[in-house]
Amino acid sequence: MHEMSLCEGIRKIVEDQARQHGFARVTTLRLEIGRFAGVEKPALAFAFDVVMRGSPAEGARLEMLDLPGRAQCFDCGVAVEIDHRLAPCPLCGGGKLLPEGGDEMRIKDMEVL
Amino acid sequence: MCTVCGCGDVVTLDGRKVSHDEAHRFGLAHHHPAPSGGLHHYGLGAAGVSVPGMSQARLIEVETSILAKNDALAAGNRQVLAGLGAFAVNLVSSPGSGKTTLLCKTIEALGAAPLAVIEGDQQTDHDAARIRATGARAVQVNTGKGCHLDAQMVGGAMAALALEPASLLFIENVGNLVCPAGFDLGEDAKVAILSVTEGEDKPLKYPDMFTAARLAILNKTDLAPHCDADLMAYEANLKRVNPALTVLRVSARTGEGMEAWLAWLRAGLAAKTLGA
Repeated sequence: MHEMSLCEGIRKIVEDQARQHGFARVTTLRLEIGRFAGVEKPALAFAFDVVMRGSPAEGARLEMLDLPGRAQCFDCGVAVEIDHRLAPCPLCGGGKLLPEGGDEMRIKDMEVL
Repeated sequence: MCTVCGCGDVVTLDGRKVSHDEAHRFGLAHHHPAPSGGLHHYGLGAAGVSVPGMSQARLIEVETSILAKNDALAAGNRQVLAGLGAFAVNLVSSPGSGKTTLLCKTIEALGAAPLAVIEGDQQTDHDAARIRATGARAVQVNTGKGCHLDAQMVGGAMAALALEPASLLFIENVGNLVCPAGFDLGEDAKVAILSVTEGEDKPLKYPDMFTAARLAILNKTDLAPHCDADLMAYEANLKRVNPALTVLRVSARTGEGMEAWLAWLRAGLAAKTLGA
């Protein structure tokens, strides 16, 4: 997708937080990435190392936590969790599912010094 | 040998010898025999650094969307559009789906209605020139290496256009079925354009974009007989990734389906203008 610009967003947040909370270094940064966020995790990890150079998060450990994909089934009407966009409804086997969640991309927390 | 700091197995602390592992485990500052002559080693806590009066590693809850900055700018754009009662559509598709031709025909059909266009491409102002040839106002945004428009680019273009109240704003995104799905520009709806030459399974291959869209235009229907396109299969695949999607069959070239597209735009604008 656009992992480099996502990392620039992360860097901006890190720098804002560093000013606000007065820390110099981030040791671990935890991201929540939804199943449908369209994020290629290895590409994000690569871009993270590059983009964070010269920021408080240079050399920080990146942890990515998966969030499930959620969808509304138009056949049985139940909100279900699915593994990928084209998965059938796990309850009724229906194929008409409207994704409703799982596109999150956020920084959950960071360990700082 | 400690892989963290390069000390030997045993270190000396206040004259007592302790195992180097213990020194690190308990965070005891110790003297490192460095090649240059002595090194006071304070990087022992989990934090790897010691600051007087400051506890080691603390956790800061952030809970902030990575795209928070873009989303805030998009909210600003949306507010400006709401204030004007303007209806904005973000046209997204792969390169070559016929976005610019559709847009030129749409502008001609809309006649004197107030409207403006923001054109996004990596390079050149060819598309803005095509739009201006119809008499409409257009701003070209070149993203350079960027693969999508973002809310800041659109905000700047909107300011340059000085939109009239109750206008239609067409934002033609960079031709790309992937990245523009994730970037809110402040638009009222994303409209995905898919031409019948692209393959029936395109919605299944790039579901994000078709899930984010409210309307899909199946374009170049005049070519369908020439390339054995199965329009029913296109529609079924579009509905599979987004059951709530409205699909219109259009040929910008022959004018087929244009009336339904114009009606959709006018309905959107009317709803927006009422709210302003």
